[in-house]
Amino acid sequence: MMSNTSGGENMKHESPEHLPDQERRDFLKIGLIVTGIFAGGTLISLISNVKHLFAPGAYREEYPYKPHYTMVIRQDRCIGCQRCMDACVLHNDVPEYGWRTLVLEKEVPKAVGQKTEFIPILCNHCNNPPCVRTCPTKATYKDQTNGIVMMNDKKCIGCKSCIIACPYNARYFNEKKAAIDKCDFCLASWLSKGKQTTACADICPADVRIFGDLSDPESRVYHMVHQLQKPVWVIREETGAKPNVFYTKG
Amino acid sequence: MTGFSKALETVDIKAAYNRVFCAGPFYLAFMSLFGLLFIIGVAAGIHAVHIVGSRHAYGTYREIPLAILISTYIFFVVASTGLCLVSSIGHVFGVRDFMPIAKRSVLLSVITILAGFIVIGLEIENPIRMAVYNALSPNLTSNIWWMGTLYSFYMVFMIIEFVFLMLNNHKFAATAGLLGVISGVAAHSNLGGIFAMIHGREFWYGPYLPIYFIASALMTGCAFIIFFVILAHKINRTTVDSATERALEVIGRLTILMLAVVMFFTAWKILTTAAGGPSKLEALSALISGPYSFNFWVFEIAGGMVLPFVLFFLSKGKNLRYMFVASAIMIFCIFFMRLDLVVVGQIVPLYMDLGVKEFAELHTYSPSLHEILVVLGGFGFCGAAFLLSEKIFDGFRETGNHVEPENVVVDAETAEEVV
Repeated sequence: MMSNTSGGENMKHESPEHLPDQERRDFLKIGLIVTGIFAGGTLISLISNVKHLFAPGAYREEYPYKPHYTMVIRQDRCIGCQRCMDACVLHNDVPEYGWRTLVLEKEVPKAVGQKTEFIPILCNHCNNPPCVRTCPTKATYKDQTNGIVMMNDKKCIGCKSCIIACPYNARYFNEKKAAIDKCDFCLASWLSKGKQTTACADICPADVRIFGDLSDPESRVYHMVHQLQKPVWVIREETGAKPNVFYTKG
Repeated sequence: MTGFSKALETVDIKAAYNRVFCAGPFYLAFMSLFGLLFIIGVAAGIHAVHIVGSRHAYGTYREIPLAILISTYIFFVVASTGLCLVSSIGHVFGVRDFMPIAKRSVLLSVITILAGFIVIGLEIENPIRMAVYNALSPNLTSNIWWMGTLYSFYMVFMIIEFVFLMLNNHKFAATAGLLGVISGVAAHSNLGGIFAMIHGREFWYGPYLPIYFIASALMTGCAFIIFFVILAHKINRTTVDSATERALEVIGRLTILMLAVVMFFTAWKILTTAAGGPSKLEALSALISGPYSFNFWVFEIAGGMVLPFVLFFLSKGKNLRYMFVASAIMIFCIFFMRLDLVVVGQIVPLYMDLGVKEFAELHTYSPSLHEILVVLGGFGFCGAAFLLSEKIFDGFRETGNHVEPENVVVDAETAEEVV
């Protein structure tokens, strides 16, 4: 029983000193074994999965999916009409507080001639997506057929770690779905219904957004990404995410 | 179950009830205040997430999705891990000077981890899905999954440890404590890993944070132990016995060491960030000379490190008043350390490098009323649980089978003799 002595007495300290040192050593040994198994298991699991986790295949040379969906954006053709944004909202039920794609505006006052350029952005459907790695419940995942980064809404716990992990600000929390929402290259609204392109690419009057299969050497996107005459780049390549949205000019 | 029922038997329920309700008006006023804060905090969180929607009630948004609630969660779990680690030095690893603070520290580590879980439970949009799919659809590459799972194990181990400590079964308590230390360190470093493995956020990315979090946990744990041990003696109107004084002196020294370590870490974090890319420089500039500079210099550096360091140094581990003030200032300021860590990592727009109009300015964040209430609810839970536990367990006075003379520093030989 606990002592019921009234306040005012000096408190005594606890006394587990009687525990023999040998037993303590035994506990520590057990602890070291547990730690060793934990650390060893983690390392083995990491090493055996490194290919799966970090997609080490040569970038822009090997395409792990068939079709390997991609989008090439001809940045200098964009006129900033934002029809792509409207089409995206219309076909994918995007609420007014969210977006799946944006057209950013850049002003260069000292440029010769045209002083404004537009930069469309969207989910880059990375080969090594940080959002997929960080999601605790596999609510977001890489579609193993076509490489599209998808959402399984019912598994989304709304921790928003994928929003933080995404280097492209491509995700937001959708209240209606009670889950994170993002671009799926119109897989649910268009591709799964037999269409061959996305709503944003389809509506574009300047043919800025070219959607296609990068694993097909005959495709338009393959030719655009693999030619040497015009520059082709990706945004934030330094993150190692290996994005599948390419930009070009000229 | 037998262990728990035996542990319950160590508490005389009627006497505990009397101790709580006869503890005086100040005690009851603070208990009511903390209890009320807790209830209001939980109500505010439920209202925000499940009734009006977090978008309307919280200050977070697409570009700053994690803010004060996550930093408060981090604050509590850092404190819990620190309490676990510092208390384990005594009753797990056998350094006898640390033993007098074991029971209170272990209970405080349980209270703080629960406070952390309460706050994050009111931040997560779908906590029920979390419970279901954490088990049914685990992602073993996710730091968050590991952190959540390991912290759950950690909490169970700490509860078991506390029960065995109350039963004076130190063999099982030490085993549970060791498992608590292992799972706590693993969970805590994974918490650092959540931020450290985000390549797209330069301010966080790199191996620094998991290591820093462990050092910072030890520092925070020391501050919590000193603050709450001295406060407990005030509440219970008892004087600090010599063994506890000795424990506080040693923990005071450990605090100085950990403050020095964290200062060293912070200095190098600033220096290496200053040599980083444009995104890092923007974040650093906001931290040291921009909108977060007051937080940084006044709370993080002056209040969180320099002033406590000086006070602990002047106290020589003996002046409990200095140590109490220093630890109180530390606890208050560490809260802002966590907030800065979380928010400053997100204020630089991801597309700022492109020079586009839409992302030309740093993102800003101010906590909403709902968020502040949830934070206060977490603190209310901590305060109420601490006050209640002090009376229920009668200030953790030593019980029955280990009676020792008053105010005697016990060493191994005398302890064995007594037993």
